[in-house]
Amino acid sequence: MLSESSLFLKGVLLGSILCVLMTMLAHIKIDYGKRTHHHERHHLQAPTKEDTLKISEDERTELSKSFRVYCIILVKPKDVRLWAAVKETWAKHCDKAEFFSSENVKVFESVNMETNDMWLMMRKAYKYAFDKYRDQYNWFFLAHPTTFAIIENLKYFLLKKNYSQPFYLGHTAKSGDLEYVSVGGGIVLSIESIKRLNSLLSIPEKCPEKGRMVREVSEDKQLAVCLKYAGVFAENAEDSKGKDVFNTKSVGIFIKEAMTNHPNQVVEGCCSDMAITFNGLTCNQMYVMMYGVYHLRAFGHVFNDVLVFLPINGSDND
Amino acid sequence: MASKSWLNILTFLCGSAVGFVLCSQLLSILFEEQKDIQPSILHNDPHARHSDDNEQNHLEGQMNFDADASQHKDENTDIADKLYQKVKILCWVMTGPQNLEKKAKHVKATWAQRCNKVLFMSSEENKDFPAVGLKTREGRDQLYWKTIKAFQYVHDHYLEDADWFMKADDDTYVILDNLRWLLSKYNPEEPIYFGRRFKPYVKQGYMSGGAGYVLSKEALKRFVEAFKTDKCTHSSSIEDLALGRCMEIINVEAGDSRDTTGKETFHPFVPEHHLIKGYLPRTFWYWNYNYYPPVEGPGCCSDLAVSFHYVDPTTMYELEYLVYHLRPYGYLYRYQPALPEKMLKEVSQIYKNEDTNVRSP
Repeated sequence: MLSESSLFLKGVLLGSILCVLMTMLAHIKIDYGKRTHHHERHHLQAPTKEDTLKISEDERTELSKSFRVYCIILVKPKDVRLWAAVKETWAKHCDKAEFFSSENVKVFESVNMETNDMWLMMRKAYKYAFDKYRDQYNWFFLAHPTTFAIIENLKYFLLKKNYSQPFYLGHTAKSGDLEYVSVGGGIVLSIESIKRLNSLLSIPEKCPEKGRMVREVSEDKQLAVCLKYAGVFAENAEDSKGKDVFNTKSVGIFIKEAMTNHPNQVVEGCCSDMAITFNGLTCNQMYVMMYGVYHLRAFGHVFNDVLVFLPINGSDND
Repeated sequence: MASKSWLNILTFLCGSAVGFVLCSQLLSILFEEQKDIQPSILHNDPHARHSDDNEQNHLEGQMNFDADASQHKDENTDIADKLYQKVKILCWVMTGPQNLEKKAKHVKATWAQRCNKVLFMSSEENKDFPAVGLKTREGRDQLYWKTIKAFQYVHDHYLEDADWFMKADDDTYVILDNLRWLLSKYNPEEPIYFGRRFKPYVKQGYMSGGAGYVLSKEALKRFVEAFKTDKCTHSSSIEDLALGRCMEIINVEAGDSRDTTGKETFHPFVPEHHLIKGYLPRTFWYWNYNYYPPVEGPGCCSDLAVSFHYVDPTTMYELEYLVYHLRPYGYLYRYQPALPEKMLKEVSQIYKNEDTNVRSP
């Protein structure tokens, strides 16, 4: 009897020791994983409800004003119609928006980059923006005129992010080992990132004007290569549920894909409620998005937001 | 001897199992807080995320496809919910056997859920969908027959289940919350009906069929009664016009459905066709039909639009996303409509303890 109970107790002891050992091992594995991932901050999430604290009206206004977004839109003469649509619609919601074109176009005001090469245009635009506006804006958003952006959602996404950190955000993709932000979804750089980029632009070994490869490399990949030298890494922006907020496709395409892939959950599986960009829009679609985002809504659905944005003066479409 | 050693081994194993289980429970309680961090690390595993396959379907494993409620934790729908209870709307959707899977299915998956009651009206019954069989033929020339029979069916089976009775096509997208806001100012015992008002042929105007129209309970009663007494007959196959003529005969008022800034709420086309200047050519019939001065461009359409027509399945879901999901965070909409009188007392109760920063819808 005694020997049996002592055997039992010995068993209990062995069991618990085994358990503790296994748990410790699992924890060490995860901790190690944590450390290797630490510098690879791939995924950036939007604030959750817990992050948005109860603050006063004045604090909300002050907080909202603290985000100063400068928009760079790279255009070419063939984009004239889209350019006009962007100018009349979402660009008005940037704190400042400027159009950088390959050449002078009579109808519209733009900053002339005097080159047809997209990478050169991008470099020059970032340099111009940094030189002229480094003290006035803390976030820099670059897009093509095929992109539609909701700047309010961009500011919400940036809520807990410190602009003196080197942020480089958007919809990321991979090319071999290189992780870069797709220009189609829009590229967001903090002032710190632009500062670092600017210092590298004059170093041809790190940031050449002509790509090192024989074949042409797109400008968004070139940017990623440059930024990497400055210790700035691409991060994919997601909402609190893991959905991309920068999109390289239009709503219509997402819906069509959803109707094929998960027909019972089309809208739920489509896109983030806090989406910042969509790409591949026509001119008409820009106006429809403005109405759909800034006007059309369901009565009786109320939100308690921590930021406050007023409608823009001199803007008809919102 | 042998059996005793087996017993010993068994005892020992039992002991170790018990020890293991107890210990793991203890540790999991101790490490409860740390556990919350771990899933997010696994969730953010870059190897899972950054494959070249950036398709939407790889999200499925991580997404919670629960009911809408879980995605809208910071959304307060008290007012919308109150209106749902106070302004009861029965919707019936004009469809046919050929269109149940092609079109009506998408209506069912989107806005139809927000009606207090919805019925799909077809020429023949379909128990699975389900669809009501009106026992007519199919075709454009049958539209008025189907309408008459549909309203009769609704009257005979569901009169007391709703205050208002909405007719829509299987290519109409309806925003029920906005319809309730519009109708909340009116009494369903009054003989009145609403829709996109057209001016020709009928003195008080008539409502566009495609954009959808909604009858008060009194209007429905009078309409059904009129066919029993031959006050109204199947005078033509042009459904909306014939119905409009009947409404005038039975003294049901053609209401003004525009919002408080004069913008139209029921739309005979998709948003693009109204928003883009010059999309509809000047010679198009539409410009001469509208009862009120027609507007194209940003002033065309109310923020609280009620319906759009000629909406294909893809656009149904797009509208659903734009209305009920995508929004500009923190934005103070230009149009701040007042709450209906009826609601004011009840709503002030809801917001008594809330932060003053809650914006009206």
